Amino acid sequence: MSDKVIIAEKLTKRFGDFTAVDAISFEVNRGEIFGFLGANGAGKTTAMRMLSGLSMPTSGKATVAGFDVYRENEKIKRNIGYMSQKFSLYEDLTVRENIRFYAGIYGKSSSFIREKTGIVLKELHLSGEADKLVKSLPLGWKQKLAFSVAIFHEPRLVFLDEPTGGVDPVTRREFWNLIYEAAASGITVFVTTHYMDEAEYCNRVSIMVDGRIDALDTPGGLKKTFNAVSMDEVFLKLARKAVRTAD
Amino acid sequence: MKQFLSFVKKEFHHIFRDIRTMFILLAMPVAQIIIFGFALTNEVKNSKIAIWDQSGDAATASLVSELEASRYFEVEQAIHSPGEIGASFKKGKVKLAVIFPPHFNEDLQHFNKAQVQLIADASDPNVANTLTNYASAIIMDYQNRITQNRKMPYTITTEMRMLYNPELKGAYNFVPGVMAMVLLLVCTMMTAITIVREKEMGTMEVMLVSPMKPFRIVLAKAVPYLLLSSVNIASILLLSKYVLDVPVNGSLLLLIGESFLFTLVSLSLGLLISSGAESQQTAMFISLVGMFLPTVMLSGFMFPVENMPLPLRTVSNIVPAKWYYIIVKSVMIKGTGLHTVWKETLVLSGMLVFFLGLAIRNFKIRLA
Repeated sequence: MSDKVIIAEKLTKRFGDFTAVDAISFEVNRGEIFGFLGANGAGKTTAMRMLSGLSMPTSGKATVAGFDVYRENEKIKRNIGYMSQKFSLYEDLTVRENIRFYAGIYGKSSSFIREKTGIVLKELHLSGEADKLVKSLPLGWKQKLAFSVAIFHEPRLVFLDEPTGGVDPVTRREFWNLIYEAAASGITVFVTTHYMDEAEYCNRVSIMVDGRIDALDTPGGLKKTFNAVSMDEVFLKLARKAVRTAD
Repeated sequence: MKQFLSFVKKEFHHIFRDIRTMFILLAMPVAQIIIFGFALTNEVKNSKIAIWDQSGDAATASLVSELEASRYFEVEQAIHSPGEIGASFKKGKVKLAVIFPPHFNEDLQHFNKAQVQLIADASDPNVANTLTNYASAIIMDYQNRITQNRKMPYTITTEMRMLYNPELKGAYNFVPGVMAMVLLLVCTMMTAITIVREKEMGTMEVMLVSPMKPFRIVLAKAVPYLLLSSVNIASILLLSKYVLDVPVNGSLLLLIGESFLFTLVSLSLGLLISSGAESQQTAMFISLVGMFLPTVMLSGFMFPVENMPLPLRTVSNIVPAKWYYIIVKSVMIKGTGLHTVWKETLVLSGMLVFFLGLAIRNFKIRLA
């Protein structure tokens, strides 16, 4: 097993004449927090869908968690987690039922679920709310719960699609602490975001413009290359070149 | 399997926690079957009738031609034995049989009195009632005409029999109709809405990323509704037997089997709708306008299909409920077996394969 959790080589997706993702190549290391940035319509979501086995690439090569995206997408699915901006929890189920359901569709055993649910709830300080409906939780808690649910089955890699949308800065900071903990435990984190302060928290950042990866480096390296004081400035310099308009 | 079960369990949580859903699923069928007690009168045109003419004389011949000349009737067949009456009804085409006893004309000439018997298929009481009324009016007309120039009046008495539903109960008509409606509502609309809700909430995305196969996701969502439908079928049949006095005359097993088939057709329609609709409102709208209205209007439950203009009659053929309605009426009310409804069963099976195939294909396209 190599230490590369994602290897993409000239990965391309076309919809008719439109090239949504244009021959992107990059690698993500084990335990890394990889920021995947780009303006709306730059092709982030399409790239992520290909890597998570939801969409077949048109051409190029890619392996995720050591499995080929063309032939082994079922195996990929077993080894990844996914969380989107919508949090994807069932509001009319309790905290415990949500955990049990998502762990259940990953085929985890009842004893594993029972044991780990206790640990996770304790970590989140949600032990007292285990049997409350998710509806009744504040947004920040839902978000943390959604993340814990996404990595409950102990995936090698977790995709976070704008996980902090609509959340206040304090809660976002707390959320990033969870991400660091996950990365420290060996889970690779692949995250898209529109918040440039969050980009600074990543180990490495790629910036997509018009379906291509225009820059890929550590936040510090990017700032140096583009002679910028912040990631915000780096992003603006790159994104302004975009021809495509946001969708 | 474990995945699947935890999914089904979650689905039941959704259902049992939403009072409105529960109401639609379980209380509405009961309410409908109790409320739908009224009967509608309908005009009937070109109904097929059978004639058993045992005298074959001038009088019967002119009566038959009078019946045929009216726009209400069309002589479909001549029969020659009592057994054939039931047989022709069970085939479903003939709605009324007119029976002339032997020596009709002789009786009329010598005793000034003769008898005609009208036997109607009353599994659809509205139609049966209308048909016998029309037929006796025509016979009465004929009687008055031949009496005109005579001192002694001729009397032709018509004796009527309502087959299958002697009391002309409306319940015989609406129980099969409500069964079709309820199953369609529960299976098509609720299934479509619940799948589209997952799309709206973004949970569908998460499940598609999970190792669970897309088709199993959809199947797991459908299973609870299938189970609830069985509850509904049972409660409707029990209500109709013990509250409305509509017995199941045919094989209960066959009736349940056919209902199961129709449930599956409705489910696959629900899946098809959900694969196209992006919001719960759209799903609801398509289910109501595209499924529910045609079921009420075109299945023959409210308005006899025989009376509709050709284009509507043609359209009614693609309404699954029409076929199910015919089957339930035959099996439940007339007490016939599979040999009389195999054609309808085949049509429903064909629809199941078609809609399910289309739904699976649509689902796959979405993922590509």
